[in-house]
Amino acid sequence: MSFPAGAPSSAAADAAVTVRGLVKRYGPTTAVDGVDLDVPVASVLALLGPNGAGKTTTVEICEGFRRADAGEVRVLGLDPAGAPDALRSRIGVMPQGGGAYPGVRAEEMLRLVATCAAHPLDVGWLIDVLGLGSCARTPYKRLSGGQQQRLALACAVVGRPELVFLDEPTAGMDPQARRLVWDLVEALRRDGVAVLLTTHLMEEAEALADDVVIVDHGRVVAHGTPAELTAAGDRQELRFRARAGMDLDELAAALPAGYHAAETATGRYVVQGRIDPPVLSAITSWCADQGALADDVQIARRSLEDVFLDLTGRELRS
Amino acid sequence: MTGPLRFEPGTFTARPGRGSLPRMLAAQSGVELKLALRNGEQVLLTLLIPVVLLVGLTLVHVIDLPEPRVDGVIAGVFALAVMSTAFTGQAIAFGFDRRYGVIRRLAATALPRWLLVAGRLAAVLGTVAVQVVVLGVIGALLGWRPDAGEIGLALVLVLLGCAAFGGLGLLLGGTLRAEIVLAVANVIWFVLLLGGGIVVPLDSLPTAVAAVAAYLPSGALAEGLRIALAGTAGSLTQSVLVLVAWTVVGAALAARFVRLH
Repeated sequence: MSFPAGAPSSAAADAAVTVRGLVKRYGPTTAVDGVDLDVPVASVLALLGPNGAGKTTTVEICEGFRRADAGEVRVLGLDPAGAPDALRSRIGVMPQGGGAYPGVRAEEMLRLVATCAAHPLDVGWLIDVLGLGSCARTPYKRLSGGQQQRLALACAVVGRPELVFLDEPTAGMDPQARRLVWDLVEALRRDGVAVLLTTHLMEEAEALADDVVIVDHGRVVAHGTPAELTAAGDRQELRFRARAGMDLDELAAALPAGYHAAETATGRYVVQGRIDPPVLSAITSWCADQGALADDVQIARRSLEDVFLDLTGRELRS
Repeated sequence: MTGPLRFEPGTFTARPGRGSLPRMLAAQSGVELKLALRNGEQVLLTLLIPVVLLVGLTLVHVIDLPEPRVDGVIAGVFALAVMSTAFTGQAIAFGFDRRYGVIRRLAATALPRWLLVAGRLAAVLGTVAVQVVVLGVIGALLGWRPDAGEIGLALVLVLLGCAAFGGLGLLLGGTLRAEIVLAVANVIWFVLLLGGGIVVPLDSLPTAVAAVAAYLPSGALAEGLRIALAGTAGSLTQSVLVLVAWTVVGAALAARFVRLH
């Protein structure tokens, strides 16, 4: 895709972020290897991936902190590397791990960032609503990780930006604070702000994102809405326990074509395929024919986490 | 209330734009100045030690100085104040600011890059102004009676000293890990205090040490101030040239090697 000068394509016109074929190398390592993504206005895109997948590098290029080696990046219609100052007055950034003077008080820091914007939100209100009232006068280095994260989030939204970048916004937060951040991201989208966030949390991506892009080794390995990704291939499954060593051939004969049944461990069975009432009925009849009772029956929809692990592997990465 | 409704509809409707440049500069340098004056170790370095040395060296005759002793002492103490703030204090603060990600944080706002540097500079100059006033008043109480010409000359030297030490402070604070910056900046401060021509005038130092110290920013600044304020014999031009040279070298190396994060 190209961006003819003076005549932005329709995709670029209503997209807050458009990235095509982004490549970034650090020495011999290719950190980002041909990433495409779009963040439409008033939507939330979650960039998912293991550590070192290239998420932060991608975000930092969009923010104008790093230069792409190849590819096209348009953020609010601008080239972020060419016009960082023009861009930064229109975006909000929550860098990974936050950022402030070690000795600065939480409220002083937020006021300083608010001063950089023409029409900032009310600082006192934002401090209260993010639950920072009790530590407003605490030096940054003595804030807990979750408090530092909330301050960083406050700094990202205080300037009333058109587009917000959140790099792992809920890392180190307790469940209440995480819920608050999710509500805030929902409210941003409702009010027309575009959000690009990175996360490790599948639950977060499922709850918040209109679109999910899964990256691994710098490449996009899957993208779509959370529903599209989890429904892909009708990969439901039914698990149950029963007597060991039942005849699976009879079950295979009773199920429609394309279903897969197996005894995964002694007395533990799994049937993969779309689990609908006739299929469930066929499975329980088969158990009855074998004189067994299906116990502990569970129908599992593939979660985004399953999709993620299938795509990026289950081995631990250093 | 939970859900997005805990935020009124329209709360976050975009209204972007850059704040006013003078207000941004005032806010950033104001915060940095406040931090410098609130930090106990910084105040020890920038105010308490210079005050103690000013009073002590004036009243106690450990170093031979022509009368009135305060004229010679205050020259060295002004040089110490500049070195403590523009070099040591700034290097340490910059090292830890980088560690805590504040440079990146501010660069991500509408604050232009040049203003980020200008704000730091203004905070250093603000701290030095506080030091000069406090030390000047105490000096006056001890009998220091400078004329307008001396004060003007001293201020020019103080500014040149800020430039020379400031570039070197940024270079140190912007290239090494914060803990190493802390150690190195304090060691250099101590060495220059005693052997760099600051408390002990060049002509009282061992010849070899004095020969080196004359070309260090500490020796050049302190000697220049002694020439300006205490009538010590020597070349003011040489002091100015040495300080300008260090400014150019420090700024060039800082621009080349400083890492912002």
